[in-house]
Amino acid sequence: MVVEIITPESTLFEGKATYVYLPGSDGGLGILNNHAPLISSLKKGVVRVKDEGGKEHRFEVNGGTAEVLRNKVIILAE
Amino acid sequence: MPNLKEIRTRIVSVNSTMQITSAMKMVSAAKLKRAQDAITRMRPYAQKLNEILSNLSGSLDASEGVYSQQREVRNVLIVAITSNRGLCGGFNNNVLKEVRNLVRTTYSGSNVKVLSLGKKAFDLYKKSPLHTAEGFGDNPYTIFDQLTFQNASGIAAELMKQYADGKWDKVILVYNRFKNAAVQVLQTETFLPVVPPAGVQASRVDYIYEPDKEQILNELIPRSLKIQVFKALLDSLAAEHGARMTAMHKATDNAGELVKELKLTYNKARQAAITGEILEIVAGAEALKG
Repeated sequence: MVVEIITPESTLFEGKATYVYLPGSDGGLGILNNHAPLISSLKKGVVRVKDEGGKEHRFEVNGGTAEVLRNKVIILAE
Repeated sequence: MPNLKEIRTRIVSVNSTMQITSAMKMVSAAKLKRAQDAITRMRPYAQKLNEILSNLSGSLDASEGVYSQQREVRNVLIVAITSNRGLCGGFNNNVLKEVRNLVRTTYSGSNVKVLSLGKKAFDLYKKSPLHTAEGFGDNPYTIFDQLTFQNASGIAAELMKQYADGKWDKVILVYNRFKNAAVQVLQTETFLPVVPPAGVQASRVDYIYEPDKEQILNELIPRSLKIQVFKALLDSLAAEHGARMTAMHKATDNAGELVKELKLTYNKARQAAITGEILEIVAGAEALKG
């Protein structure tokens, strides 16, 4: 699936991934391939993205919103 | 006949002015590029945010939030966004004129205050009874020193808070929108109350909402308002550099023309002086011969 992490000032990450962890406001969410459509608000925490090579990227976010739709994860971070 | 030395000094002074204006033009061009990049970088975020928002509000009544209730308009806050520096043509004047116009006509019956962002508006309004900056701290005057989303959202948050507290019934942004390097469009838009996006088609995707629709919406509306302020500020910054570039380009052209004219007068005067001298010499020689 494709992951994009966008802030108002830049795009932090754009690429394919196998697994994304989101700090959802009601608890953490792990997103795998073919996840159902989802819109979630995020709390302050760390977004973890595992890319296709198995490497993990970490991004600190200060809240935000995430949308999962058709194997595309878009994270609007602050 | 103008004095040769006088003309020479003027040519030198016009030339050095031309150097300054052309340097300012180049600086503005570079800054314009940076400001434009910032707008481009913000665009995907704003777009996606709007998409999600219209998705949500299509299925929910968005007109019930704190920021969207319509009240009788008694207290109006006009946010005038200008630049910190001058020498950019009619850029600041257009905003200030529009603000004055709004105060006198549209909102003449209500209690209007002006929040100045950028030094030019601040200088004009700081002594005026319309001036207000309460609760905004230093932010309004230094915002353009370091224009980040963080700073912009601070202002937006304070605006929202004061609106929610009932201090204002309407908040209006007046700024120059960046169209292209040569054209700035004066923009007057209502910031609060929120105008619900009209005519959007809710997508038919069945989303799972975490935690639920209302909460997400309550979080998204303030964020989109912050983005609106940030966007207005970025637009204004890009427009400022565009305006300065055009103004300085014109100034450089004018200076070039002036130098050309002055050189012509200078050469004419020089020739006249030489002719005069020759005449004198010839006349002197003739007199000796005779």
